[in-house]
Amino acid sequence: MTELLLLALGASLVNNFVLTQFLGLCPFVGVSRRFEAAAGMALATLFVLTVASGLSFALWHWVLQPLGLEYLRTLVFILLIAGVVQFTELMVRATSPLLHQALGIFLPLITTNCAVLGVALLNVEGQHGLLESLVYGAGAGAGFGLALLLFAALRERLETCDVPAAFRGAPIALVTAGLMALAFMGFTGLGTR
Amino acid sequence: MSLDAILIACVVAAVLALVVGGALGWAASRLPPATDRLVEHIEALLPQTQCAQCGYPGCRPYAEAIARGEVEIDRCPPGGDAPVRALAALFDREPRALDPAYGRPDQGALVAWIDEARCIGCARCLPVCPVDAIVGAPRHMHTVVAERCTGCELCLAPCPVDCIELRPVHSNRHRWHRAA
Repeated sequence: MTELLLLALGASLVNNFVLTQFLGLCPFVGVSRRFEAAAGMALATLFVLTVASGLSFALWHWVLQPLGLEYLRTLVFILLIAGVVQFTELMVRATSPLLHQALGIFLPLITTNCAVLGVALLNVEGQHGLLESLVYGAGAGAGFGLALLLFAALRERLETCDVPAAFRGAPIALVTAGLMALAFMGFTGLGTR
Repeated sequence: MSLDAILIACVVAAVLALVVGGALGWAASRLPPATDRLVEHIEALLPQTQCAQCGYPGCRPYAEAIARGEVEIDRCPPGGDAPVRALAALFDREPRALDPAYGRPDQGALVAWIDEARCIGCARCLPVCPVDAIVGAPRHMHTVVAERCTGCELCLAPCPVDCIELRPVHSNRHRWHRAA
């Protein structure tokens, strides 16, 4: 149990996928202009990450390994992730068309969010079991969501600030992201992993 | 690598693609398509004057066109800035000024005003008003109920003596939300 908790903590805070490992930066910058859209994106990514890590473990453990097809994992995982993302898009469109509009192109682009493939590959690398894979995926998703929500909230407040003209828009956002990454380095050493 | 290994790899990838595709197809057929709800959200933000200044027959067709992504959101002059801003917030886009090609450039809300000394009581402006804001009868002079007028300009064209003009809304306790 402690092991699982540490795994989740490590994936979400200590080795935060966005701010420490620099994975999934595209939606991090792209969908953080408004808090509501960021919250939707965080939930969608959490869902995709958890489901995709569970399914990719099953595929790895019961199909690829017995058949000796380990070298196919990148291709097969991408296919799997694309399927899960497409399913998520269908679900979001059916339940909340407004969120679907707000997320726009970034929803299908979760497929190319390298954090998702990264989690699947890191699960294989770390030889995680099914439960561990799910916890790791969910932890990574929670960490991604946390970083995204914090960043979106900061950017909304920045909108009303008197930013020097040269820094307005993307530059101040990137500076903010850098400062957040520095802050997240403070989690280093939390737990033993 | 032997031929068998390549064959197995191909079969595995193909079977996986089939399974994923089949599952998606099944899911798509079970989940309801819900674009209509988006159209309703958009329509609720439009002023419902049915003035057709956007180039569509009314507010609903314009909302449908926006939902399909065919047109910009800046073609609705009767509401002034408000609908454009609300639509921009809905789609998380930058608010933009009204497109001058589809109505007057933004100058706050306007209402029609009839110069009663020049009105000949022809009643031609009555049927075109989408909100029935013009009161009058043939051979009696007409006047505009400013509370109802949306400033859609549709009554300007039919008037044979050009006695109708648009004037800025004067803000008061009952109309504060309409003024610029």
